[in-house]
Amino acid sequence: MLTKRIIPCLDIKDGRTVKGVNFVQLRDAGDPVELAKIYSDEGADELVFLDITATVDKRKTLADLVTKVAKAINIPFTVGGGISTVEDVKVLLNAGADKISINSAAVKNPEIINQMAQEFGSQCVVVAIDTRNVDGLDFVHTHGGRKPTILQTQAWAKEVCERGAGEILLTSMDHDGTKAGFANEITAEISAMLSIPVIASGGAGNMEHFKDVFTVGKADAALAASIFHFKEIPIPSLKSYLHHQGIPSRI
Amino acid sequence: MEVAVIKYNAGNVQSVLYALERLGANAILTDDFERISTADKVIFPGQGEASTAMRYLKEKKLDLLIPELKQPFFGVCLGQQLLCEHSEENDTTCLGVFPVKVKRFQPESINEFKVPHVGWNSISDLRSPLFEGLNEDSFVYYVHSYYCELSEHTIASTNYVLDFAALMHKDNFYTMQAHPEKSGLVGERILQNFLNL
Repeated sequence: MLTKRIIPCLDIKDGRTVKGVNFVQLRDAGDPVELAKIYSDEGADELVFLDITATVDKRKTLADLVTKVAKAINIPFTVGGGISTVEDVKVLLNAGADKISINSAAVKNPEIINQMAQEFGSQCVVVAIDTRNVDGLDFVHTHGGRKPTILQTQAWAKEVCERGAGEILLTSMDHDGTKAGFANEITAEISAMLSIPVIASGGAGNMEHFKDVFTVGKADAALAASIFHFKEIPIPSLKSYLHHQGIPSRI
Repeated sequence: MEVAVIKYNAGNVQSVLYALERLGANAILTDDFERISTADKVIFPGQGEASTAMRYLKEKKLDLLIPELKQPFFGVCLGQQLLCEHSEENDTTCLGVFPVKVKRFQPESINEFKVPHVGWNSISDLRSPLFEGLNEDSFVYYVHSYYCELSEHTIASTNYVLDFAALMHKDNFYTMQAHPEKSGLVGERILQNFLNL
Protein backbone atom coordinates (compact mmCIF):
# COMPACT_ATOMS: atom_id res chain seq x y z
CA MET A 1 0.00 0.00 0.00
CA LEU A 2 1.29 3.46 -0.89
CA THR A 3 2.27 5.22 2.33
CA LYS A 4 1.88 8.84 3.41
CA ARG A 5 5.22 10.63 3.38
CA ILE A 6 6.80 12.57 6.25
CA ILE A 7 9.23 15.22 5.01
CA PRO A 8 11.54 17.31 7.22
CA CYS A 9 12.57 20.61 5.63
CA LEU A 10 16.05 22.07 6.16
CA ASP A 11 16.71 25.75 5.57
CA ILE A 12 20.13 26.33 4.07
CA LYS A 13 22.19 29.51 3.93
CA ASP A 14 25.66 29.58 2.39
CA GLY A 15 25.78 25.80 2.59
CA ARG A 16 24.85 25.62 6.28
CA THR A 17 21.59 24.89 8.09
CA VAL A 18 19.97 27.90 9.64
CA LYS A 19 17.38 28.29 12.42
CA GLY A 20 18.51 26.78 15.65
CA VAL A 21 18.72 23.08 15.27
CA ASN A 22 18.61 21.27 18.55
CA PHE A 23 20.14 17.87 18.10
CA VAL A 24 22.37 16.60 20.84
CA GLN A 25 23.91 13.94 18.63
CA LEU A 26 25.02 16.50 16.06
CA ARG A 27 28.71 17.17 16.19
CA ASP A 28 28.25 20.18 13.96
CA ALA A 29 24.79 21.72 14.33
CA GLY A 30 25.16 23.61 11.08
CA ASP A 31 26.13 20.69 8.87
CA PRO A 32 23.20 19.84 6.58
CA VAL A 33 24.76 16.53 5.53
CA GLU A 34 24.96 15.23 9.07
CA LEU A 35 21.41 16.33 9.84
CA ALA A 36 20.13 14.79 6.60
CA LYS A 37 21.78 11.51 7.51
CA ILE A 38 20.13 11.49 10.94
CA TYR A 39 16.67 12.16 9.49
CA SER A 40 17.19 9.52 6.86
CA ASP A 41 18.26 6.96 9.50
CA GLU A 42 15.29 7.90 11.68
CA GLY A 43 12.84 7.03 8.93
CA ALA A 44 12.08 10.33 7.17
CA ASP A 45 10.59 9.44 3.78
CA GLU A 46 12.12 12.34 1.89
CA LEU A 47 13.96 15.57 2.60
CA VAL A 48 13.57 19.09 1.32
CA PHE A 49 16.45 21.58 1.30
CA LEU A 50 15.35 25.16 0.99
CA ASP A 51 18.20 27.47 0.05
CA ILE A 52 17.74 30.98 1.37
CA THR A 53 21.15 32.20 0.23
CA ALA A 54 20.64 35.68 -1.07
CA THR A 55 23.55 36.10 -3.43
CA VAL A 56 23.99 34.48 -6.81
CA ASP A 57 27.70 33.78 -6.42
CA LYS A 58 26.98 31.49 -3.50
CA ARG A 59 24.91 29.16 -5.71
CA LYS A 60 27.98 27.04 -6.37
CA THR A 61 28.00 26.22 -2.67
CA LEU A 62 24.52 24.76 -3.05
CA ALA A 63 25.55 22.42 -5.87
CA ASP A 64 28.51 21.22 -3.81
CA LEU A 65 26.20 20.60 -0.87
CA VAL A 66 23.76 18.66 -3.07
CA THR A 67 26.59 16.36 -4.15
CA LYS A 68 27.61 15.72 -0.56
CA VAL A 69 24.02 14.97 0.46
CA ALA A 70 23.47 12.66 -2.53
CA LYS A 71 26.59 10.72 -1.64
CA ALA A 72 25.57 10.37 1.99
CA ILE A 73 21.87 9.50 2.00
CA ASN A 74 19.75 6.83 0.33
CA ILE A 75 16.32 8.49 0.28
CA PRO A 76 14.98 11.05 -2.21
CA PHE A 77 15.48 14.76 -1.68
CA THR A 78 14.24 17.98 -3.22
CA VAL A 79 16.15 21.23 -3.51
CA GLY A 80 14.40 24.59 -3.70
CA GLY A 81 14.99 28.30 -3.26
CA GLY A 82 15.96 30.80 -5.90
CA ILE A 83 15.79 28.36 -8.83
CA SER A 84 14.66 30.20 -11.94
CA THR A 85 16.20 28.71 -15.06
CA VAL A 86 16.49 25.34 -16.81
CA GLU A 87 20.25 25.69 -16.36
CA ASP A 88 19.85 26.03 -12.55
CA VAL A 89 17.85 22.81 -12.56
CA LYS A 90 20.37 20.96 -14.70
CA VAL A 91 23.21 21.83 -12.33
CA LEU A 92 21.31 20.62 -9.26
CA LEU A 93 20.01 17.40 -10.84
CA ASN A 94 23.47 16.56 -12.16
CA ALA A 95 24.82 17.15 -8.67
CA GLY A 96 22.45 14.44 -7.44
CA ALA A 97 19.16 16.11 -6.43
CA ASP A 98 16.10 13.98 -7.18
CA LYS A 99 13.67 16.86 -7.55
CA ILE A 100 13.80 20.63 -7.61
CA SER A 101 11.14 22.99 -6.39
CA ILE A 102 10.28 26.34 -7.93
CA ASN A 103 8.07 29.06 -6.54
CA SER A 104 8.37 32.75 -7.47
CA ALA A 105 10.01 31.94 -10.80
CA ALA A 106 6.95 29.94 -11.85
CA VAL A 107 4.60 32.76 -10.89
CA LYS A 108 6.72 35.23 -12.82
CA ASN A 109 7.05 33.00 -15.88
CA PRO A 110 4.67 30.00 -15.84
CA GLU A 111 6.13 28.69 -19.12
CA ILE A 112 9.24 27.69 -17.15
CA ILE A 113 7.22 24.78 -15.66
CA ASN A 114 6.58 23.37 -19.15
CA GLN A 115 10.22 23.79 -20.10
CA MET A 116 11.51 22.06 -16.99
CA ALA A 117 9.00 19.20 -17.24
CA GLN A 118 9.87 18.67 -20.87
CA GLU A 119 13.59 18.76 -20.32
CA PHE A 120 13.81 16.67 -17.13
CA GLY A 121 10.43 14.97 -16.72
CA SER A 122 7.52 15.94 -14.50
CA GLN A 123 8.68 13.60 -11.75
CA CYS A 124 11.43 16.02 -10.70
CA VAL A 125 9.47 19.28 -10.93
CA VAL A 126 7.82 20.32 -7.67
CA VAL A 127 5.93 23.62 -7.74
CA ALA A 128 5.77 25.30 -4.34
CA ILE A 129 2.72 27.46 -3.75
CA ASP A 130 2.49 29.84 -0.79
CA THR A 131 -1.13 30.68 -0.14
CA ARG A 132 -2.86 33.15 2.14
CA ASN A 133 -6.57 33.75 2.70
CA VAL A 134 -7.62 37.32 2.00
CA ASP A 135 -11.22 38.20 2.79
CA GLY A 136 -12.41 34.65 2.25
CA LEU A 137 -10.48 34.01 -0.95
CA ASP A 138 -7.18 32.18 -1.33
CA PHE A 139 -4.41 34.03 -3.14
CA VAL A 140 -0.89 32.95 -4.13
CA HIS A 141 1.83 34.95 -2.37
CA THR A 142 5.53 35.17 -3.24
CA HIS A 143 8.68 36.31 -1.45
CA GLY A 144 8.13 34.12 1.58
CA GLY A 145 4.45 34.94 1.67
CA ARG A 146 4.96 38.70 1.93
CA LYS A 147 3.99 39.69 -1.58
CA PRO A 148 0.41 39.06 -2.72
CA THR A 149 -0.36 38.21 -6.34
CA ILE A 150 -3.62 38.34 -8.24
CA LEU A 151 -3.51 34.57 -8.78
CA GLN A 152 -6.16 32.56 -6.99
CA THR A 153 -4.59 29.54 -5.37
CA GLN A 154 -7.01 26.95 -6.74
CA ALA A 155 -6.72 28.21 -10.32
CA TRP A 156 -2.94 28.43 -10.09
CA ALA A 157 -2.67 24.88 -8.71
CA LYS A 158 -4.72 23.60 -11.62
CA GLU A 159 -2.58 25.54 -14.10
CA VAL A 160 0.77 24.28 -12.76
CA CYS A 161 -0.57 20.72 -12.87
CA GLU A 162 -1.60 21.17 -16.51
CA ARG A 163 1.78 22.68 -17.33
CA GLY A 164 3.54 19.54 -16.14
CA ALA A 165 4.35 19.88 -12.44
CA GLY A 166 4.91 16.49 -10.83
CA GLU A 167 3.92 17.51 -7.30
CA ILE A 168 2.64 20.54 -5.46
CA LEU A 169 4.11 21.77 -2.19
CA LEU A 170 1.31 23.80 -0.66
CA THR A 171 2.23 26.09 2.23
CA SER A 172 -0.45 27.97 4.08
CA MET A 173 1.08 31.26 5.20
CA ASP A 174 -1.88 31.68 7.59
CA HIS A 175 -0.91 28.47 9.37
CA ASP A 176 2.88 28.56 9.00
CA GLY A 177 4.55 29.01 12.38
CA THR A 178 1.29 28.79 14.36
CA LYS A 179 1.65 25.13 15.40
CA ALA A 180 -2.15 25.05 15.33
CA GLY A 181 -2.45 22.44 12.60
CA PHE A 182 -2.23 22.28 8.81
CA ALA A 183 -4.65 24.13 6.52
CA ASN A 184 -6.79 21.06 5.94
CA GLU A 185 -9.59 22.72 4.08
CA ILE A 186 -7.64 24.18 1.16
CA THR A 187 -5.28 21.20 1.10
CA ALA A 188 -8.23 18.83 0.66
CA GLU A 189 -9.79 21.07 -1.94
CA ILE A 190 -6.62 21.19 -4.04
CA SER A 191 -5.75 17.53 -3.55
CA ALA A 192 -9.21 16.44 -4.72
CA MET A 193 -8.97 18.72 -7.75
CA LEU A 194 -5.63 17.46 -9.05
CA SER A 195 -4.23 14.22 -10.40
CA ILE A 196 -0.77 14.86 -8.89
CA PRO A 197 0.36 14.46 -5.26
CA VAL A 198 0.04 17.36 -2.82
CA ILE A 199 2.55 17.95 -0.01
CA ALA A 200 1.01 19.96 2.82
CA SER A 201 3.16 22.43 4.75
CA GLY A 202 2.69 24.97 7.51
CA GLY A 203 1.18 24.63 10.97
CA ALA A 204 2.36 21.27 12.29
CA GLY A 205 2.37 21.37 16.09
CA ASN A 206 1.55 17.87 17.26
CA MET A 207 1.14 14.34 15.94
CA GLU A 208 -2.61 14.61 15.59
CA HIS A 209 -2.13 17.44 13.10
CA PHE A 210 -0.38 14.98 10.80
CA LYS A 211 -3.20 12.47 11.11
CA ASP A 212 -5.69 15.24 10.31
CA VAL A 213 -3.84 16.50 7.24
CA PHE A 214 -3.74 12.96 5.81
CA THR A 215 -7.39 12.19 6.56
CA VAL A 216 -9.31 15.49 6.52
CA GLY A 217 -6.73 17.30 4.37
CA LYS A 218 -6.31 14.40 1.89
CA ALA A 219 -2.59 15.25 1.61
CA ASP A 220 -0.18 12.73 0.08
CA ALA A 221 2.74 13.99 2.16
CA ALA A 222 3.34 16.41 5.03
CA LEU A 223 6.30 18.71 5.49
CA ALA A 224 7.52 20.37 8.68
CA ALA A 225 10.69 21.99 9.99
CA SER A 226 11.02 23.25 13.54
CA ILE A 227 9.03 20.51 15.30
CA PHE A 228 11.50 17.99 13.88
CA HIS A 229 14.60 20.14 14.37
CA PHE A 230 13.73 20.81 18.00
CA LYS A 231 12.83 17.19 18.62
CA GLU A 232 9.33 18.15 19.69
CA ILE A 233 8.14 15.27 17.56
CA PRO A 234 10.70 12.53 16.90
CA ILE A 235 10.11 10.97 13.50
CA PRO A 236 10.01 7.35 14.75
CA SER A 237 7.28 8.25 17.28
CA LEU A 238 5.29 10.09 14.62
CA LYS A 239 5.53 7.14 12.21
CA SER A 240 4.46 4.71 14.89
CA TYR A 241 1.56 6.96 15.96
CA LEU A 242 0.30 7.30 12.38
CA HIS A 243 0.57 3.56 11.86
CA HIS A 244 -1.56 2.92 14.94
CA GLN A 245 -4.08 5.48 13.71
CA GLY A 246 -4.52 3.43 10.56
CA ILE A 247 -2.58 5.82 8.30
CA PRO A 248 -0.37 3.87 5.88
CA SER A 249 3.21 4.61 7.00
CA ARG A 250 6.64 3.24 6.25
CA ILE A 251 7.98 1.94 9.56
CA MET B 1 34.66 -6.97 -9.83
CA GLU B 2 33.67 -4.30 -12.30
CA VAL B 3 30.11 -3.01 -12.56
CA ALA B 4 29.21 -1.23 -15.79
CA VAL B 5 26.41 1.31 -15.48
CA ILE B 6 25.04 1.91 -18.95
CA LYS B 7 25.36 5.55 -19.96
CA TYR B 8 22.49 6.98 -21.95
CA ASN B 9 20.26 10.01 -21.80
CA ALA B 10 18.52 8.96 -18.61
CA GLY B 11 18.16 10.86 -15.38
CA ASN B 12 19.21 9.70 -11.90
CA VAL B 13 22.37 7.95 -13.11
CA GLN B 14 24.47 9.87 -10.61
CA SER B 15 22.40 8.56 -7.69
CA VAL B 16 22.93 4.98 -8.87
CA LEU B 17 26.69 5.57 -9.00
CA TYR B 18 26.68 7.06 -5.49
CA ALA B 19 24.70 4.08 -4.17
CA LEU B 20 27.21 1.65 -5.70
CA GLU B 21 30.01 3.73 -4.22
CA ARG B 22 28.41 3.42 -0.76
CA LEU B 23 28.39 -0.36 -1.24
CA GLY B 24 32.07 -0.28 -2.14
CA ALA B 25 31.53 -1.48 -5.71
CA ASN B 26 33.86 -0.55 -8.52
CA ALA B 27 31.37 1.09 -10.88
CA ILE B 28 31.99 2.80 -14.20
CA LEU B 29 29.55 4.81 -16.29
CA THR B 30 29.98 3.81 -19.92
CA ASP B 31 28.33 3.33 -23.31
CA ASP B 32 31.37 1.49 -24.66
CA PHE B 33 30.51 -1.96 -26.11
CA GLU B 34 33.71 -3.58 -24.96
CA ARG B 35 33.51 -2.27 -21.38
CA ILE B 36 29.86 -3.32 -21.09
CA SER B 37 30.44 -6.76 -22.63
CA THR B 38 33.36 -7.60 -20.36
CA ALA B 39 31.97 -6.14 -17.11
CA ASP B 40 31.12 -8.62 -14.35
CA LYS B 41 27.75 -7.01 -13.73
CA VAL B 42 25.71 -4.52 -15.73
CA ILE B 43 23.22 -1.98 -14.39
CA PHE B 44 20.76 -0.29 -16.72
CA PRO B 45 19.30 2.69 -14.85
CA GLY B 46 16.69 5.04 -16.14
CA GLN B 47 14.19 7.74 -15.65
CA GLY B 48 12.63 9.55 -18.53
CA GLU B 49 10.50 8.84 -21.54
CA ALA B 50 10.49 5.45 -23.33
CA SER B 51 10.60 6.43 -27.02
CA THR B 52 13.38 9.00 -26.50
CA ALA B 53 15.41 6.45 -24.54
CA MET B 54 14.90 3.75 -27.22
CA ARG B 55 15.95 6.15 -29.96
CA TYR B 56 19.17 6.89 -28.08
CA LEU B 57 19.87 3.20 -27.45
CA LYS B 58 19.42 2.52 -31.19
CA GLU B 59 21.76 5.35 -32.16
CA LYS B 60 24.42 3.77 -29.96
CA LYS B 61 23.44 0.26 -31.14
CA LEU B 62 22.94 -0.66 -27.50
CA ASP B 63 19.55 -2.12 -28.47
CA LEU B 64 21.43 -4.95 -30.16
CA LEU B 65 24.01 -5.44 -27.43
CA ILE B 66 21.80 -5.48 -24.30
CA PRO B 67 19.62 -8.56 -25.11
CA GLU B 68 22.76 -10.55 -25.95
CA LEU B 69 24.56 -9.94 -22.67
CA LYS B 70 25.20 -12.98 -20.48
CA GLN B 71 26.41 -11.55 -17.14
CA PRO B 72 23.97 -10.60 -14.34
CA PHE B 73 22.06 -7.57 -15.62
CA PHE B 74 19.86 -5.24 -13.57
CA GLY B 75 17.33 -2.91 -15.23
CA VAL B 76 16.00 -0.20 -12.94
CA CYS B 77 12.83 1.90 -13.33
CA LEU B 78 12.66 2.89 -17.01
CA GLY B 79 15.37 0.24 -17.44
CA GLN B 80 12.81 -2.40 -16.41
CA GLN B 81 10.23 -1.09 -18.84
CA LEU B 82 12.68 -0.89 -21.76
CA LEU B 83 13.52 -4.58 -21.34
CA CYS B 84 9.87 -5.43 -22.05
CA GLU B 85 8.20 -5.99 -25.39
CA HIS B 86 6.20 -2.83 -25.82
CA SER B 87 5.32 0.31 -23.88
CA GLU B 88 2.13 2.34 -24.15
CA GLU B 89 4.31 5.41 -23.58
CA ASN B 90 4.31 6.89 -27.08
CA ASP B 91 3.55 3.40 -28.50
CA THR B 92 7.18 2.31 -28.19
CA THR B 93 8.65 -1.04 -29.24
CA CYS B 94 11.17 -1.96 -26.55
CA LEU B 95 14.03 -4.46 -26.25
CA GLY B 96 11.84 -7.56 -25.91
CA VAL B 97 13.85 -9.48 -23.31
CA PHE B 98 10.67 -9.99 -21.26
CA PRO B 99 7.45 -10.94 -23.11
CA VAL B 100 5.64 -8.33 -21.03
CA LYS B 101 3.63 -5.24 -21.89
CA VAL B 102 4.08 -1.84 -20.24
CA LYS B 103 0.84 0.03 -19.59
CA ARG B 104 -0.21 3.36 -18.13
CA PHE B 105 -2.03 3.50 -14.80
CA GLN B 106 -5.69 4.22 -15.53
CA PRO B 107 -7.38 4.82 -12.18
CA GLU B 108 -11.12 5.39 -12.23
CA SER B 109 -10.83 8.23 -9.74
CA ILE B 110 -7.97 10.66 -9.15
CA ASN B 111 -9.22 11.06 -5.61
CA GLU B 112 -8.14 7.56 -4.83
CA PHE B 113 -5.07 7.17 -7.04
CA LYS B 114 -2.79 9.95 -8.21
CA VAL B 115 -0.63 9.38 -11.29
CA PRO B 116 2.37 9.28 -11.18
CA HIS B 117 2.62 6.72 -8.40
CA VAL B 118 5.03 8.61 -6.12
CA GLY B 119 6.33 7.44 -2.75
CA TRP B 120 7.03 4.39 -0.65
CA ASN B 121 5.05 1.25 -1.38
CA SER B 122 5.54 -2.36 -0.31
CA ILE B 123 6.79 -5.31 -2.34
CA SER B 124 5.06 -8.63 -1.75
CA ASP B 125 5.22 -12.30 -2.64
CA LEU B 126 9.02 -12.14 -2.76
CA ARG B 127 10.62 -15.06 -4.58
CA SER B 128 14.26 -14.56 -5.59
CA PRO B 129 17.80 -14.52 -4.13
CA LEU B 130 17.59 -10.74 -4.70
CA PHE B 131 15.49 -10.59 -1.52
CA GLU B 132 17.96 -12.40 0.72
CA GLY B 133 17.66 -10.86 4.19
CA LEU B 134 14.50 -8.89 3.41
CA ASN B 135 11.00 -9.30 4.83
CA GLU B 136 7.73 -9.56 2.96
CA ASP B 137 6.16 -6.15 2.44
CA SER B 138 9.43 -4.22 2.61
CA PHE B 139 9.10 -0.65 1.40
CA VAL B 140 10.72 0.77 -1.72
CA TYR B 141 10.53 4.20 -3.38
CA TYR B 142 8.52 4.58 -6.59
CA VAL B 143 8.13 7.35 -9.16
CA HIS B 144 6.36 6.18 -12.32
CA SER B 145 3.23 6.48 -14.45
CA TYR B 146 3.66 3.25 -16.42
CA TYR B 147 3.87 -0.29 -15.03
CA CYS B 148 4.85 -3.79 -16.19
CA GLU B 149 2.08 -6.39 -16.19
CA LEU B 150 2.36 -9.45 -13.98
CA SER B 151 3.82 -12.49 -15.74
CA GLU B 152 5.59 -15.78 -15.00
CA HIS B 153 8.76 -13.66 -14.70
CA THR B 154 7.42 -11.55 -11.83
CA ILE B 155 9.44 -12.14 -8.63
CA ALA B 156 7.66 -9.53 -6.47
CA SER B 157 4.52 -7.49 -6.91
CA THR B 158 3.23 -4.14 -5.67
CA ASN B 159 -0.34 -2.99 -5.48
CA TYR B 160 -1.27 0.44 -6.79
CA VAL B 161 -4.50 0.74 -8.77
CA LEU B 162 -3.82 -2.96 -9.47
CA ASP B 163 -1.11 -5.58 -8.83
CA PHE B 164 1.88 -4.97 -11.10
CA ALA B 165 5.37 -6.44 -11.51
CA ALA B 166 7.62 -4.77 -8.92
CA LEU B 167 10.63 -6.91 -9.83
CA MET B 168 11.17 -9.43 -12.62
CA HIS B 169 13.72 -12.13 -13.48
CA LYS B 170 14.51 -14.14 -16.58
CA ASP B 171 17.84 -15.91 -17.16
CA ASN B 172 20.58 -13.36 -16.34
CA PHE B 173 18.16 -10.41 -16.47
CA TYR B 174 16.78 -8.87 -13.26
CA THR B 175 14.65 -5.76 -13.10
CA MET B 176 13.08 -3.43 -10.58
CA GLN B 177 10.47 -0.71 -11.12
CA ALA B 178 11.23 1.21 -7.91
CA HIS B 179 14.52 2.99 -7.28
CA PRO B 180 16.88 0.80 -5.22
CA GLU B 181 19.32 3.72 -4.98
CA LYS B 182 16.64 5.77 -3.18
CA SER B 183 14.97 3.00 -1.19
CA GLY B 184 16.94 3.25 2.04
CA LEU B 185 18.42 0.08 3.53
CA VAL B 186 15.98 -2.15 1.61
CA GLY B 187 17.20 -0.76 -1.70
CA GLU B 188 20.83 -1.09 -0.66
CA ARG B 189 20.22 -4.72 0.30
CA ILE B 190 18.66 -5.50 -3.09
CA LEU B 191 21.61 -3.85 -4.87
CA GLN B 192 24.05 -5.75 -2.65
CA ASN B 193 22.23 -9.03 -3.34
CA PHE B 194 22.45 -8.32 -7.05
CA LEU B 195 26.18 -7.64 -6.75
CA ASN B 196 26.52 -10.94 -4.84
CA LEU B 197 24.86 -12.98 -7.62
